[in-house]
Amino acid sequence: MSERPLIERSGHSANITEWEGTVQELQGLVSPRAFTGETMLLNMGPQHPSTHGVLRLLLELDGETVVSCVPDIGYLHTGIEKSMEAKTYEQAITMTDRMDYLNPMGNNLVYCLAIEKLAELDVPERAQIVRVLLAELTRINSHLVWLGTHCLDMGAMSVFLYAMREREMILDIFEMVSGQRMMSTYFRPGGLWRDVPEEFIPAVRAFIDYFPAKVEEYETLLVNNPLWIDRTQGIGVITPEDAIAYGCTGPTLRGSGVNWDIRKAMPYMGYETYQFDVPLGEHGDVYDRFYVRMQEFKESVRIIRQALDRLEKTRGPFRSQNRKYVPPPRSELGRSMEAVIHHFKLWTEGFSLPEGEVYVSIESPRGELSCYLSSDGGTRPHRVHFRTPSFVHTMGAIPKMAKDGMIADLVGIIGSVDIVLGDCDR
Amino acid sequence: MGVAGKLGNLGVVTTTLEAAINWGRTKSMWPMLFGLACCAIEMMSTQASVYDLSRFGMELMRASPRQSDLMIVAGRVTRKMAPVLRQLYDQMPDPKYVISMGDCASCGGIFNNYAIVQGVDEIVPVDVYVAGCPPRPEQLIHGIMTLHEKVKTQRIADWA
Repeated sequence: MSERPLIERSGHSANITEWEGTVQELQGLVSPRAFTGETMLLNMGPQHPSTHGVLRLLLELDGETVVSCVPDIGYLHTGIEKSMEAKTYEQAITMTDRMDYLNPMGNNLVYCLAIEKLAELDVPERAQIVRVLLAELTRINSHLVWLGTHCLDMGAMSVFLYAMREREMILDIFEMVSGQRMMSTYFRPGGLWRDVPEEFIPAVRAFIDYFPAKVEEYETLLVNNPLWIDRTQGIGVITPEDAIAYGCTGPTLRGSGVNWDIRKAMPYMGYETYQFDVPLGEHGDVYDRFYVRMQEFKESVRIIRQALDRLEKTRGPFRSQNRKYVPPPRSELGRSMEAVIHHFKLWTEGFSLPEGEVYVSIESPRGELSCYLSSDGGTRPHRVHFRTPSFVHTMGAIPKMAKDGMIADLVGIIGSVDIVLGDCDR
Repeated sequence: MGVAGKLGNLGVVTTTLEAAINWGRTKSMWPMLFGLACCAIEMMSTQASVYDLSRFGMELMRASPRQSDLMIVAGRVTRKMAPVLRQLYDQMPDPKYVISMGDCASCGGIFNNYAIVQGVDEIVPVDVYVAGCPPRPEQLIHGIMTLHEKVKTQRIADWA
């Protein structure tokens, strides 16, 4: 069999070297028993069906029991934070979409919130409502993928097919508003890219009328299913104290019974005016985290329903009228010289933010997603950093939960924490 | 009854071994369960209910490279992932095919920086490029059908 040639493109050479480390480098990461051969070191990933992307875990096993679990991340490190420094504030929004690719609207939101906080930019009420509505739709979307893949890992194939069926409806709505199914870049500093189209409200209403019955269907399949209960209850337990100490947020923290939701604790975009509950678990195991997310489906539908009612009543601009940050509508360009100047300035060099730094947090489907934005007064970010829930959960919570558990339960634990490697590595 | 009854009086079909094998190969391609980033989610959508990749005999995604003959590189390939990807490719049995799904895998996409390999064709030979960020499921299906066209023209003599 002839060897296929390695393709080299001129100018670019992959220049990749294999890792040439030694076992001694693992000193301190795994127990001393690993070096005497008493326990076994096992590599899991980065190509593994249950690691939700390219997570690599180094497992130390004593028989079937996990003695220690060392995550090795960075297989999806994209340099997003660095690349954002080379783009104008508005261009950099496209980068945030691709960070946590199951929560693109949420990433847009936290970045736009940071800009708006630093620029003291107003967001009209209509835009706020649409933002809340779409952020909650994104939460449902993300939880649906989580549910599908988590069940797939545990051997329940049909739930995956059901969940993806419902997800297509949400993606159709995203496509309707932004023209893209996943990477929408719909939220812009000061509001939205454009107003929602006419068919938006009927489409969302059709979805929220259809969806609650489907959640019931998933619950019938799973909540009282003895096979599901056997594989999830009492697995991967993390106590409330540990969950806080390890920096868990979102459903991972709430599964342990800690009532912490950024939407309630530090409301943004008018979340304080919506009626919704924060579902809590009790035992901190895989089942409770699963149960919390199942309840969040219903709470999100509740929020969407309220937002829809408000949206029907609220007319007005969909983005700020502050021309220093927000481009004028195209209709104005033919009439107003000032509008042309603003348009030209915004689309050539972009707007500049006042010097300073801000930190804002939102509740992403996975937990607390924060953005640190530092500006030196120029038109490009001086530094952008994201505090992403997946990173904290991968490095802290998963090894803690996996320790002293069975290796067969590890896929359930990874699934229940709902990590996205794009979110983790960025 | 059965197949004979359904077929009716079709008579005899003559074909070449090559054409028969290639036809069979296009109808039962086993892709590797290998997702990297955002495109992997669209790849999952392609497999799932609405787009239903099993219409093309591809519902069985194998996690092991030893059991698959199609690698769909779905997502951005980082420099840390690149040797792993090449190793997976080397482990696949011949004849094997690669679809580069999405802009990042095809050319680096919007990420022209230190971390991302500027096109997976720097590491493995690519048969079909699918554009899009991420490509819609229809686009991926089109890429797969394009690959089928390519497979149908292959000759047994060229494999070895």
